[in-house]
Amino acid sequence: MKVELKNIHKHFGKTYANKGINLTIPSGSIQGILGENGAGKSTLMKILSGFIQADAGGEIVLEGKSAVMQSPADAIRFGVGMLHQDPLDFPPMKLLDNFLLGMPGRLFPNRKETMQDFNLLAKEYGFNFDPENYVDSLTVGERQQLEIMRLLFLGARVFILDEPTTGISAAQKTKLFDTLRTFPEQAITTIFVSHKLEDVESLCDRVAVLRAGELVGEFTPPYETKKFVSTMFGKEITLGDRQPAKTGEVILSLKDVSLEDARVRIDNVNVDIRAGEVIGLAGLEGSGQGMFMRACSGLARPVAGNVLLKGKDLTGKPYHRFKHEGVNFLPAARLEEGLVPGLSLTDHFVLAEEPKGVFIDRAYGQKLAEDRIKSFNIRGTPTSTVESLSGGNQQRAELALLQTPLSLILLEHPTRGLDIESVIYIWSKLKDRCKQDGAAIIFISSDLEEVLQYSDHLLVFFSGKVSAPIDAATTSVEQLGQLIGGKGWPAEGGSHA
Amino acid sequence: MNQETLLVGLAGVLAAAAPIVFAVMGETLSERAGVINLSMNGTILLTAMSGFAVAYSTDSLLLGFLAGMLIGALVALIVAFASITLKQSQVAIGFVLALTCRDLAYFLGNPFMGVPGPRLQAAPIPVLSDLPILGPLFFRQEVITYISFLAIFIAWLWIYRTRPGLMLQGIGEKPAAAYIRGANVNVMRYVYTVIGGALIGLAGPAYSLGVRAGWMGTISGLDGIGWIALSITIFGGWNPSRAAFGAYLFAFLQWLGLVLQAVFTAVPSQVLQVAPFPLMILTLLLVNIGNAEWVERTLAAMPETARKFTARVLRAMRASPPAALGVPFERD
Amino acid sequence: MLKSRMSGFVFQLIAFVLALGFVSLILVAVGASPLDAFTNMLKGSVGSTRKFAEVLVSFVPLLLVTAGLLITFSAGLWNIGVEGQIVLGAIGTVWVLRQFVDSTISPAIIITLAILGGMVTGAIWASFAGMLKTFGGVNEIFGGLGLNFVSTALTLYLIFGPWKREGVASMSGTEPFPEAFSLPQLPDLRISPYALAIALVAIVIVYFILQGTYFGLKIKAVGKNIRAAYLLGIPTWQYSLYSFLICGALAGIAGALQVTAVYYRLIPSISSGYGYLGLMVAMLINYQAIWAVPVALFFAALNIGSIQLPIVLKLDSSLSGVLQGVLVLFVLLTEGVRQKFVKKA
Repeated sequence: MKVELKNIHKHFGKTYANKGINLTIPSGSIQGILGENGAGKSTLMKILSGFIQADAGGEIVLEGKSAVMQSPADAIRFGVGMLHQDPLDFPPMKLLDNFLLGMPGRLFPNRKETMQDFNLLAKEYGFNFDPENYVDSLTVGERQQLEIMRLLFLGARVFILDEPTTGISAAQKTKLFDTLRTFPEQAITTIFVSHKLEDVESLCDRVAVLRAGELVGEFTPPYETKKFVSTMFGKEITLGDRQPAKTGEVILSLKDVSLEDARVRIDNVNVDIRAGEVIGLAGLEGSGQGMFMRACSGLARPVAGNVLLKGKDLTGKPYHRFKHEGVNFLPAARLEEGLVPGLSLTDHFVLAEEPKGVFIDRAYGQKLAEDRIKSFNIRGTPTSTVESLSGGNQQRAELALLQTPLSLILLEHPTRGLDIESVIYIWSKLKDRCKQDGAAIIFISSDLEEVLQYSDHLLVFFSGKVSAPIDAATTSVEQLGQLIGGKGWPAEGGSHA
Repeated sequence: MNQETLLVGLAGVLAAAAPIVFAVMGETLSERAGVINLSMNGTILLTAMSGFAVAYSTDSLLLGFLAGMLIGALVALIVAFASITLKQSQVAIGFVLALTCRDLAYFLGNPFMGVPGPRLQAAPIPVLSDLPILGPLFFRQEVITYISFLAIFIAWLWIYRTRPGLMLQGIGEKPAAAYIRGANVNVMRYVYTVIGGALIGLAGPAYSLGVRAGWMGTISGLDGIGWIALSITIFGGWNPSRAAFGAYLFAFLQWLGLVLQAVFTAVPSQVLQVAPFPLMILTLLLVNIGNAEWVERTLAAMPETARKFTARVLRAMRASPPAALGVPFERD
Repeated sequence: MLKSRMSGFVFQLIAFVLALGFVSLILVAVGASPLDAFTNMLKGSVGSTRKFAEVLVSFVPLLLVTAGLLITFSAGLWNIGVEGQIVLGAIGTVWVLRQFVDSTISPAIIITLAILGGMVTGAIWASFAGMLKTFGGVNEIFGGLGLNFVSTALTLYLIFGPWKREGVASMSGTEPFPEAFSLPQLPDLRISPYALAIALVAIVIVYFILQGTYFGLKIKAVGKNIRAAYLLGIPTWQYSLYSFLICGALAGIAGALQVTAVYYRLIPSISSGYGYLGLMVAMLINYQAIWAVPVALFFAALNIGSIQLPIVLKLDSSLSGVLQGVLVLFVLLTEGVRQKFVKKA
């Protein structure tokens, strides 16, 4: 299906998310859309998938016919389906029910018939599913496959994929790309939205680059990575050279630690983490890295083994005990877990200092807040409530809450959803703290490049196994992608570190 | 106790549970869509009073029940409007309505206090009522009790076996995903809250025209039933069949309290009457305790086999609410 | 800021007018004159010093309960069990007084002990709901409701069982205590200045806890985001429990004063619904301590003003409850409309 976007504008208040975008995508092509966060990619895709409507004057033309789409369900009727970054499915329900949900038909669906359709379609695309299984037992990659099947069944002729390679394994990525490469022969058009250059380069027939709401460039192979970068950012960006860590004493050491939750179990982890060291945890969502981090901070209790902090045995102690030894945990969901909506920046800084007196010392709080706001370059005032800050500023506020002295910083997705400049700023701040306090950093990220760029050593998690520390400097994105997908592991005993 | 009195007693339990069944089914539908209707206690009182008043004034039982449903739907509409359209706290609005409707029932019901009025009569079903044991137990009930059986079945069938029911599950679980599958989330939330309210509104007349015929104002003994029904909804894990089990269990315990009172005269009657309430707290404790953080920690400290066993027991008892319960939905 | 406060006030006024209008409609519907009803309520509450003293008698427990609830609301908790906490406060007080019926200790000491006893039992009862919440994962609304029913049953059991009156037990309650066990009152008026002073001191303390102490700030942090508060280093479950304890203690004092300053005995309806009414006051003032006094006073006046309605106008006294409820309802609704409206503007 041929897709034409004509003169698409979209404004929110005074700011324009899309400015006069014109783009023609031939039928059966794989179109890449590149752009940094906030470039207007997702707004454009939301318009094309019926989530929001473009400002008056814009037009979407499908196969030569103008299409007005009022909702995503409407879009599907026009043949436009979208695959969202976080799969929009129903984890506690069965695969079959998920597949059925929202399909038109009689009051009482014929489950047997649907099951046959389901199995047939799965076979055709080489997906391996049990329709009676529950969605929450699937990986993100499998949930994508399920969603692709559903959209195909509904007759989608245009597929929009929003950052589909985040959080899936190398094997699943290969599978996904193989599936997408079969689309052109069926005249299905694919729109592939990403900020990952190598994915776009290897998959797409053509690439459009957005910057600040405008379409600033269109490319066809052969591609030049440098050209992409300068078009995306409007300037050349260097990520700074990595510096080998000067490591000191052992901060955290895990001895024969076993962890368990409802889904994964990890056995006998032995690892020492030293001052000044940055450890990146890589793995598919739910492979155990989250549990590992919670165990390092006292938020979860290991089922066996010992956790030692600077030689002190803190096994089974709560987070607050760890915190008193200088362990700070910064969660990914900033407004849900890290900050208190409704309280001001001053309130946060004061609370983080664990004040001793009874009555609030306002002058002290004011001074503290002004200092922190200045030194962390936060755009806000002492009385600003945290929810009124932008994502980047919230993240800076979280960093400003780190206590002194520090021995270990634990971070979950520290830069998720931030633009590249915030990312660079935040990592420089973190490395500073690391040097200053002789602290170690452990962080989780689903962005493999971030993991490789900023950590000294990696621990890779795959279905209950933990790798030995891997030198980040000598590992490539491809190798890491293989590892998180379960390939290239030593045959047995991968968890002995 | 011989078999006959036992059967009569148990048949009475089924009848006494009918209003609770309506209330619990209504609340389950509403919460499945993501809206907590906390006004239930007041709604039941108000509909009991108005159902009786209408049936008394018009001499039509049917109109009495319809009036109850209408008022229940109206109260639910206020809850829906405040929470869906105005995005106010569902708990706050529901609680205020629970108190206001209760006082309104007392205020408006004043002229009908203690007046003898119409009531439902037993309607034995031919043939079936002559079956041994099953006959006297199930088929010599009042019409409203039969309808309560039907309500359980239909609610279950609707939620788990029909297309709109699947969508209902989706709306309560992840509204954004239901939306991209074509659901008009907020409209459907209105619809289910109002239908749920109408069902709750059947509970009042089921009392005042059936189980406890008449309107007795503050001494009707109905104040509190709504709160019980709310706990049963949780106990039922938002599943009509498990919720119905909770409703019958509760009615059975109340009946048992009455029976035991005759046996153990030394125990003051108040103690036995209140027995279901601590039991309710206990069951809520069992259903919820698996979610407590310390349990997770304690489990981790347990030896392997004990941990596995306890975790399995806790998981079997646990009931997880629809993920989007009480969360407003915005398209973007 | 100022503009939004102004619009807030305008909307509250609209809510008030709407509520009055709605209740008038109901009155007309039952064939009564709204004007008569409202003037009667006004006269019945502030028509004489004696009547106003009655309003204050009702104001004392309501204010105490509201003060306590402001703490639990700040901690993000719906302490619906406050009703039972009042009851247990009364029971605790009666229990202490019973221990001293034949003693020769100064009544002032006995009464002080009794009120403290009520405070402690109220707090203990609240801690049950708190522990069910923190250790059992049971929502405080359901734990609290269950405990309310149990507290009512306990009262009845005591009145008809161990504490029954000489001769026949009845719904009229336990044997009244000797006069020495009551808080001194103003001449010819039923209001005890001590009780009034205790309630006013309580709300002032609560105001300062919430506005000026680190304790209050931590409670608020816990209430707004318990997970983030924990990561910030606040011992969250302890603070939840503290807030239950404070609220229970204040409700317990309310119950104690119901015994020592109003009824002088345990009666089945000793809490008189002040717990639920306190929740309504807290909602109406949008959880701002500064407005607790006038609004609690207004609600108390409605309570007292409606007492003579059945005699004079043959209307049920639950009209006050209807009016209070409808008022809170409309304030919540207009606040919702305002938020929608102001956001769009």
